[in-house]
Amino acid sequence: MSKHHHSQEKWFEQPTYYDEIRFKGYSRRDFMKFASMMAAFIGLETSAIGQVAKAMETKPRLPVIWLHFQECTCCSESFIRSSHPIVADILLDKISLDYSETLMAASGTQAEAALKNTLEKYKGQYILCIEGSVPVGADGVYCMIGGKTSMQILEEVSEHAAAVIAWGSCASNGCVQSAKPNPTKATPIHKLVKGKPVIKVPGCPPIGEVMAGVIVHYLTFGTIPELDRLGRPKAFYSKRVHDTCYRRPFYDAGLFVESFDDENAKKGYCLYKVGCKGPTTYNACGVMKWNEGTSYPIQSGHPCIGCSEENYWDNGRLYERASSFAGFGIESDADTLGKYALGATGVALAGHAILTNLNKRKDINTLTAEGEAGDVDVIE
Amino acid sequence: MGKRIVVDPITRIEGHLRIEADIENGKIKDAYSSGTMVRLIEEILKGRDPRDAWAYVGRVCGVCTSTHSLTSVRTVEDALDITIPANAELVRNIMHCTLYMHDHVVHFYHLHAMDWVDVVNALKADPKKTSELAQSLSHWPKSSPGYFSDIQARIGKFVASGQLGIFSNGYWGHPAYKLPPEVNLIGLAHYLEALEWQKEIVKIHAIFGGKNPHPNYLVGGMACSIGLDDVSGINAERLAMVDRLLTEGKQFIEQVYIPDLMAIASFYKDWGAIGGGLGNYLVYGDLPTKGIRDTASFKFPSGAILGKDISKVYDVDLKKDDEVQEFIKHSWYEYSGGDDKGLHPWKGESKINYTGPKPPFEHLDVKTNIHTLKHQGGMAMPWK
Repeated sequence: MSKHHHSQEKWFEQPTYYDEIRFKGYSRRDFMKFASMMAAFIGLETSAIGQVAKAMETKPRLPVIWLHFQECTCCSESFIRSSHPIVADILLDKISLDYSETLMAASGTQAEAALKNTLEKYKGQYILCIEGSVPVGADGVYCMIGGKTSMQILEEVSEHAAAVIAWGSCASNGCVQSAKPNPTKATPIHKLVKGKPVIKVPGCPPIGEVMAGVIVHYLTFGTIPELDRLGRPKAFYSKRVHDTCYRRPFYDAGLFVESFDDENAKKGYCLYKVGCKGPTTYNACGVMKWNEGTSYPIQSGHPCIGCSEENYWDNGRLYERASSFAGFGIESDADTLGKYALGATGVALAGHAILTNLNKRKDINTLTAEGEAGDVDVIE
Repeated sequence: MGKRIVVDPITRIEGHLRIEADIENGKIKDAYSSGTMVRLIEEILKGRDPRDAWAYVGRVCGVCTSTHSLTSVRTVEDALDITIPANAELVRNIMHCTLYMHDHVVHFYHLHAMDWVDVVNALKADPKKTSELAQSLSHWPKSSPGYFSDIQARIGKFVASGQLGIFSNGYWGHPAYKLPPEVNLIGLAHYLEALEWQKEIVKIHAIFGGKNPHPNYLVGGMACSIGLDDVSGINAERLAMVDRLLTEGKQFIEQVYIPDLMAIASFYKDWGAIGGGLGNYLVYGDLPTKGIRDTASFKFPSGAILGKDISKVYDVDLKKDDEVQEFIKHSWYEYSGGDDKGLHPWKGESKINYTGPKPPFEHLDVKTNIHTLKHQGGMAMPWK
């Protein structure tokens, strides 16, 4: 945390994460387990575990301001679902959550004073977390707090933030309120905050441990995690749900659920044909799962709705299969795979041969047409 | 003339709420509330596939997550005359009861407790006396003097650090806090315990709906397949987990939440006489056992109570135009047929028309124009 050097003395008087954890009765072993888990989440090499542990042993509590604009508070709720026992403690006690409309004791004037205090005292040091989009329509009157618009508040509070985290799909891409016709002109944060990093953590909501992981990365290294070209932490958003899905072998074998009450649904076949957006969705659901690894949408039998993708509300209906997606060229489409799996018919084999050639030319449109023309339902 | 105070933001709620109150001689003479955020999801829903609607409206609230989605799938099923399978009805009821349990506890501890529990005052408690008190209230095992003294020391260190986080600038020490230090310490300890607890019970939503917040629903039933011996889907292992989570959830509610609620309420009995609105109450009923159309089969019956007279419960028919209406006279909306009329939600309109002051502003013009943007909660919905 290079920006903190000038004030390090003051900061060091305060309890560190390690102090707090030990104080709460966790052992050093628990602490190391937590540090290892966090290092793994963040995608670090094993050698970096010590660095995570060291950072948490010596760093004081990071001031965090958490604003709510056009949102439903599902991100805050998901955040408090962070599963590892130490995570909830750390993020509610070990960061200094100085402003959070969901959890803070103070209201009104006292809440605003707490915000102002952090803005002044920790200028350039606090992390700004934003849950929700900013409506820019009608001069911003569709979201007002304390008589000010969310636009005005964002401008004030982001000015001296060390970094900005856009929690969830609302802040990252506008989510449901930005779906057509976007009546309030809901706008994601990165389009409004310029000149400083905005970490997008999309999902409706994002997975709790992903949220924890992003914060822990900053606590540990004083830098934001490595982001992909869309501004999302690579550790959690570099793989498609499709690529990490435990039902993927059924997709590859051409075994699909055709309707939610068929035998294939009971067998846990691939949900692609009933609308699964896993093939176009980048998220960690298949790896980390939800609610302490209990399950994730596909495991519960429901297609992925693609909630971490931009414009997911306007990218086709939920229960209609995606007509094409990136990666078609490699994996081919559901019907053709089905035919291949059937294997016995010459048509299918020929289809696959054609497919392979087409793949080489990356002619996805032709491929799709070919697939549709020869549509055979292998499951029946 | 009295003084006008503004409380905005109202914290520990979902959404954005502003209260302006007129104070005269130290008492509130009049108060005005205004919802100050809107997304117009109603307008966005128009023209969408009705099977998808649950996902849109579910995003109305992530705290009472799943409620709006459940209502949406029921609405579509009612419109299309779909009867859902018995298992789907059971699964939905279990999920709804899960939310019911989760939401009450979170509301009490994390959203409401700081209005009653003085966190800083808990530092003055005697851990031994706290332990005796806790054990007299409940059999909950975490109640030793050592346990309370650890919590106390932890919070003491936290307060001493000067970084009070979510407790910053609270109303600590205000005379309106009436709990003795020992009860404050119990409340604080259970605030932290409930924070751990709340992430457990919602695993039931993850099992049946894939995740929480915002579990998935499906028009026509539920997507999760049930088969005790199935390799995939809701099998005996998954159901055993649901059983365990419900049992543990119930334990916490019976041994922690309800005793705390009773103990804390006993110090604030006078608050029972404050508020209460018009004294008219309306409940739509829930937990159907023979489908949503057979309201007599609901485990939670529907009905209306007028003028606080609980001796008579009136029948409610949600489908009748004259029984449920939305009024927008005090909302920043307009109706094509005039703003004085009420409309049944089926005929509802959502044309927004902001006429409030241009931000930044100090006060709303309450004489002529105290309004709200929030549609769902903000529109007045009288019964009959």
